[in-house]
Order: sequence, then C-alpha cells, then structure tokens
Amino acid sequence: MAQIRLSGSGGQGVITAAIILAEAAVREGKEAVQSQSYGPEARGGASKAEVIISDQPIYHPKVLVPELVLALTQAAADKYSKDLAVGGTLVIDTDLVPNPPNFPNIISIPITKLAVDKIGKSLFANIVALGALVKITELVDFETIKKAVAQRVPPATIDRNMQALQVGYDAVTK
Amino acid sequence: MLERSYEKYFRQNRLPHLWCPGCGNGTAMKSIVQAIETKNLDQDKTIIVSGIGCSSRASGYMNFDTLHTAHGRAIPFATGIKLANPELNVVVITGDGDCTAIGGNHFIHGARRNVDLTVIMFNNHIYGMTGGQASPMTPLHKKATTAPYGTVDRPFDACHLAEAAGATYVARSTAFHVKHLSDMIAAGFDNKGFSFIEAVVQCPTAFGRKNKMGDAPDMMKWMRDTAVMKAAWDKLPEDKREGKFPIGLFYQADFLEYTTAYQEVIDVAGGAK
Amino acid sequence: MSEARLIQGNEACAQGALAAGVRFFGGYPITPSTEIAETMAQKLPGLGGKFIQMEDEIASMGVVLGAVLAGQKALTATSGPGFSLKQELIGFAACAEIPIVIVNVQRVGPSTGQPTSPAQGDVMQARWGTHGDHPMIALSPWTVREAYDATILAVNYSERFRTPVILLMDEIVGHLREKVVLPELKDIEIYPRRVPKITRAEGYEPYRPDEDMVPNVADFGQGYHIHVTGLIHDETGFPSGSPKVTEDAIRRMHEKIMHVQDEITHFEEFFMEDAQYAVVAYGGTARTAYEAVRTAREHGLKVGMVRLMTIWPFADKIIKKTAKQVKAILVPELNYGQLVGEVERAAGGSARVKLLAKYNTEIFTPQELVEAIENLCAGVDE
Repeated sequence: MAQIRLSGSGGQGVITAAIILAEAAVREGKEAVQSQSYGPEARGGASKAEVIISDQPIYHPKVLVPELVLALTQAAADKYSKDLAVGGTLVIDTDLVPNPPNFPNIISIPITKLAVDKIGKSLFANIVALGALVKITELVDFETIKKAVAQRVPPATIDRNMQALQVGYDAVTK
Repeated sequence: MLERSYEKYFRQNRLPHLWCPGCGNGTAMKSIVQAIETKNLDQDKTIIVSGIGCSSRASGYMNFDTLHTAHGRAIPFATGIKLANPELNVVVITGDGDCTAIGGNHFIHGARRNVDLTVIMFNNHIYGMTGGQASPMTPLHKKATTAPYGTVDRPFDACHLAEAAGATYVARSTAFHVKHLSDMIAAGFDNKGFSFIEAVVQCPTAFGRKNKMGDAPDMMKWMRDTAVMKAAWDKLPEDKREGKFPIGLFYQADFLEYTTAYQEVIDVAGGAK
Repeated sequence: MSEARLIQGNEACAQGALAAGVRFFGGYPITPSTEIAETMAQKLPGLGGKFIQMEDEIASMGVVLGAVLAGQKALTATSGPGFSLKQELIGFAACAEIPIVIVNVQRVGPSTGQPTSPAQGDVMQARWGTHGDHPMIALSPWTVREAYDATILAVNYSERFRTPVILLMDEIVGHLREKVVLPELKDIEIYPRRVPKITRAEGYEPYRPDEDMVPNVADFGQGYHIHVTGLIHDETGFPSGSPKVTEDAIRRMHEKIMHVQDEITHFEEFFMEDAQYAVVAYGGTARTAYEAVRTAREHGLKVGMVRLMTIWPFADKIIKKTAKQVKAILVPELNYGQLVGEVERAAGGSARVKLLAKYNTEIFTPQELVEAIENLCAGVDE
C-alpha cells in the first residue's frame, strides 16, 4: 500500500494532480482512493490532497503515515511533512520552500520555475510535479500517467501537459 | 334555474366555502374561473397552486388538479410543475401575507425567472385566517391585532415589486370591479411569462372591523370610490392621489420565458426528445 | 459491468439518481454537496431532464415536489444548514405522500459549523427534523459504489412508499474518489411511478391506500382533478378535522413503511460468527471501523462488526440479535452521540453499549478504534 500526500495552496492544482495519480492507478487495475482537505479559499490557503494506492481494497480513506509528501509552498512543507514515514521522501519546490524542514531525505526540484521556463506558465506546475512523482515512486507507469493526464485536461492543452510531465520526469535524477 | 356555465369549474361537493360572509375571496375566485372559461383553458391541463391563508383555500374548491402547498411556497411548487411539464397551465393563488412576507423571496425570483405562471394575489391587507395580524401590505397607520396602535411598517406595492423583479405582466383590480378583474386575469393567461395580478378584496371581519371601515357593502363602496383606472390615475395630480390607488394594466413586456429558455439548453445539450 | 473508474461519492450519487430515472433536480449551492448539483446541471439537459438552481433551500424543496407532482422523478441535495431549511417541506412530502429523495452530505454543525469537515451529526435530524409524527427512511452509504446503489434504492423506496427518503451521506464518502465499477443500466431495477388503477367515473380517490397501504396518487395533468394538501386529509385528499381521519392518516403514514421494516433495513455483518464483542458503525466511519476490527482480530480479539446502511427505520432486529450474542457493543460516531441511543434501546440491556464520540472535524483513525475495541474487550470502563 502506498500513501502519498500532495500539498500546496489553493489554485496550485494539487488536488487535480492527486486525482490524476489515482486515476492512473485505477487504469492499471489497482485499488485507489483520493481525498482532500481544504479551507474556504478557492485560491491561497492550505490545500492537501491524498492518494492511497493498493492491491487490496482500501477501507480507511485517509493517509496515516505518508511515504511521500509533495510540498509546493513553505506553509505546506511546514504543516504537512511532520508525520512522514521514516525513510520516506519529501519533495519540495526549490524556490517556494526556501527553508526546507529538517528531514533526511528531501528532493528539491524547481517545479514552478520549470513550469514557467519550459512550458510558459506556472499553471503547469502540478503536472511537472506529477511527472517527478511518477519517476520517484514508480507507482504507475509513465505511459499510464500520460494517458490519465490527457483524459483529464482540456484537449487544447494536451501537448503542453505532456511536455510538463516530461520536464518533471526528467528533473529527477536517479 | 339559470344555467351557470362556470359551475363545472367548482367542486360542488366542497361548497359552501369557509370564507366569512361578505368576504371578497369568492368574487376573486369566480373571476379566475371566468377568465379560464373565457380563454378556454383545458380543465385537465390547468393546475391551481396555492399557499396558506384565506386566499389559498380557494384551490380546494376548484375542479382542477389542485395543490395547497405550505405557507409562502406556492411559487416554487408551481415553478416545478411548469418546468417539469410545460404543457400545463399553472395558476397560483396567494395572499398578501403568503406572497409578500413569507413567500417574498420566491415571489421576486419567480418574477425574475419569468416562468410562465399566472399569479393572482388576493390582497385583503391583513392575515385573515389567523385573526387579523398586520401583513406587509397593511397600509401605514392601519390597525391589526399585532399593530393595535396602527402599523408603522411601510407597506409593499406588490405591483411595483413584481415589475421591478422582472414580471412580464402586471395588473391590479378589485373585487368590486368584477368584470375588470376577470379581464385582467384573462389577459395574464395570454402572457407567456410571469404574470402578476393583484386582486384587492374586502375583509370585513378582520381588516374592515379593526379599521372601522363598515360592513362588506361599505368596503365595496370604498373600493369603488378609491380605485382609479390607470389612464385616469396617470392624469391625476399628486395631491389628488391621496387615499386612492390605481387599477388596470401597469406593465407588460416581452422577455424570453423560462421553460422556453430551458428548452434551448436541452437542445444545446442534445437532449431534445 | 462497466469498466473501473475513479469516481467521487457525490458524482456517484448523481449518476445513481440518473440511473434510477431522476430527470429533475432543484437545488441551492452548499458545501460539501455542491458536486451533486453540478453533475446534475451538466447531465440532465442531455437526457431531456431539467435542472434549476433555486433562490434558497426551501424553494429547492418546493420546486422538486412540484416537479414530482407533475410526473417527474426528482432529487435535491444539500448539507447541514440547508437540511435544516428543507425540513418544512420534507414534512409536506410526508403528509401529502410525495416521493422525493433529499441528499444530505453531512458536515460539522451546529449552524454554519465547519463547512468542509466531515461529521455524522444529522442522524437524529434526519429522523425528527420536521415537526409532527412522520415516518422516515434514511440510508447511509459507506463506499462510492454504495452511494450509487443507495441513491437508486432511495429513489425506488420513495416511489414505492410515496414518502421522502433521505440519503444521509457524509463528507467522507461524498468527497472521496475511489475505484468503482458501475452496473449496467439494464441490470438496475427501477420502481415505476404508481398510477391510478381505476378511473374517476369508477370512484377513484387519490389517497385510498392500495393493498400495500400506499395510495396510487395520480400525476397532475391526467384528468383526475386531485387535491394535494399538507393538511391532514381523508382518502379523497381533502382536509378533514375528524379525530378518526387524523388518527387513521397518521397511523397509515407510519405503517405503510413499518410493516416492511425488516425488508428495508439493510446491513452487513463482518466477523460475527464467533464474535463476543461487536462494533456497530455506519457511513464513512464504518470504513475505519472495518479496518480496526480486522486489526483487532489479528490481535486475537473476538470482535465482529455490524455495518448499518439503513439508518431509519432503525435496524432493531439485527441489533437485538447482536446484543444477545455479544458482551459489549462499541458505537463509533462522528458526533456527540446520536445513533448510540437507538443501539442501546434495541439492545435492551442484553449487552453493554459503549459510545466512542468524535466531533473535532477529524475522522477516526484505525488506531483509535483498535484501542477502543481493546478497552471494550478488557471491560475497562465496566
């Protein structure tokens, strides 16, 4: 069972990214649940989305001990990384999390900067992050996540979203 | 015995009605069925919807499919009926308290949507069924059991309200001007959209007695003497309008009717049957 | 079976309603139920159905009841504050016997409370929210797939009994997305609108009960000239002040549902064969309870679980049976303690009943429930 938490502020698309990740898992025949908690703000505020992927039916729907936390803001990194599993991974946006929490395994990627520089809009940061997460976790095949993204985003943006996925994927060196 | 063609529109076994002797509601109710007869509305396809209060008991006496809803809620129910089956003619009978107090929000939004309903508000200026409490249409300084020193609440002009909210047909008449009232309602049936007709009715038991307006005939005379036809009212100088009120057709407009507009949504979505 | 998809609980509810033949939705936006309205707004016109956003929650109830009387199957959806406002016309639907399904995706209350956080605090409001004596059916799904199935069942029960049915969802299930395989439409049983069996000339009366105690009320526009009212009425549909009519009407309103109480109280039992302790749970909380019971079993505790899907009428029979079998029952609820009272009543002293209440915006963790089960088995608070 894999427990993943994606966090940031409202409008950064972490919930959408979480949904796509869960959809990709379902495409591969796995069990998946996705849930979220959010404040009253449509933009800003703290936003958290969780995905559990398993080979077995999933009952309790929330992440208990995340193996991976993605944090796209400093506030999210501070708030949502505390209960990370020992040996887990914290993925942060290099520029938006200037003071990384004290955690042994941090992967820092300039996610939003990559989205702006390579795709032209910060809007694609969540998809860049998704590409990186797939490379790090190997939870779903890269081809599957491509299909899941293509199904979810507006048709006119598919090409740029595919680029965004690739940029995120390539940003992780293993 | 004189053949009365409108009798088929009443549930004879539900009569006599429960209204007080001298009440104007019966006159207004009869004006409605006469308008239905004049416009030859299909009795099986005409639905009478009412709220709660003296006025709203009318639905029980009328030989159609009838719906006596909860207090103030006639217009939402009627909206559902009309939208679910636009072939039906939907007539709403409401009172001044039902329509402008507890149902005030529904009233303005019904008008805003321009749903094809014909709403007839019996205005007796008071809550009759509960024994004479002040309504939002009790005139300033008039007395009621909850305004024993005279009301200080400024009353609504329901016709102005309907017009401002988007109704596409707005008229007023009285239980004295029977033929005129029926004509105003009939013309409301012709309007495809939200039609609002205020029927001023006498309530000798509550409003009249509280305000020393005499018995039913006295109140009929009051309506005769204070109601002024729209054309004459428009020419009346401001200082001569004191104590009088206009009747007639106040407003009429063409605007896309709601169920027609929604059919366009269905067509766009590909759901046309 | 269709292919597996990731679907949100609220969307599954809307899809279930459409599958059950609902073609009319009236509503008002409120978190956390809004996705139901949004799905209906998107899907209904394409099916020739109608969606209308009303000016308030009360109007939303009125408009759907009007649509039902005009022949459509209809749905409305809301959450706590809106559920409070809808109570007036839920009572109207009970009294005038109008089939309607009201979805309440529960959030933390009272009042505006915690709009985006889960709770199960409307259990008693679902039963007794509107004034006066009235029966109530309320179903509470625990999975996204069951949100779909329970909505269909709710629509069917509303039509069969001509009564309001409440789909008592919670934010956990409403906002959860999970893998779901939906049934083929052709495999779904739909209870059709009841229709008059005789004509007006033959003496049709809209509120005369059929053999199952439910009347065959004609839809408007069919020429029956029926009268529908929220006043207590006799079989003709017209109001009556008679004590006998009143008594008969209120009794039949209840008995038409209660005579099939056992048939419509749906539940599941897990690990109950040799259980000496039981957890009784419902809605989203049952998911965590299941996981905890499984873990407790692994720890060697003889604990089982009864998961209630029908909340009202209450599943007296299974709780009585369970209470006779076990020493103690744990009732975890995301409220200050509501359904636990019913469990206690039905248990009738045969087993100890212990409440585990949580009302702080967070759902239970499996660990909390495992500990509570361990304490229950150890008789810690006896």
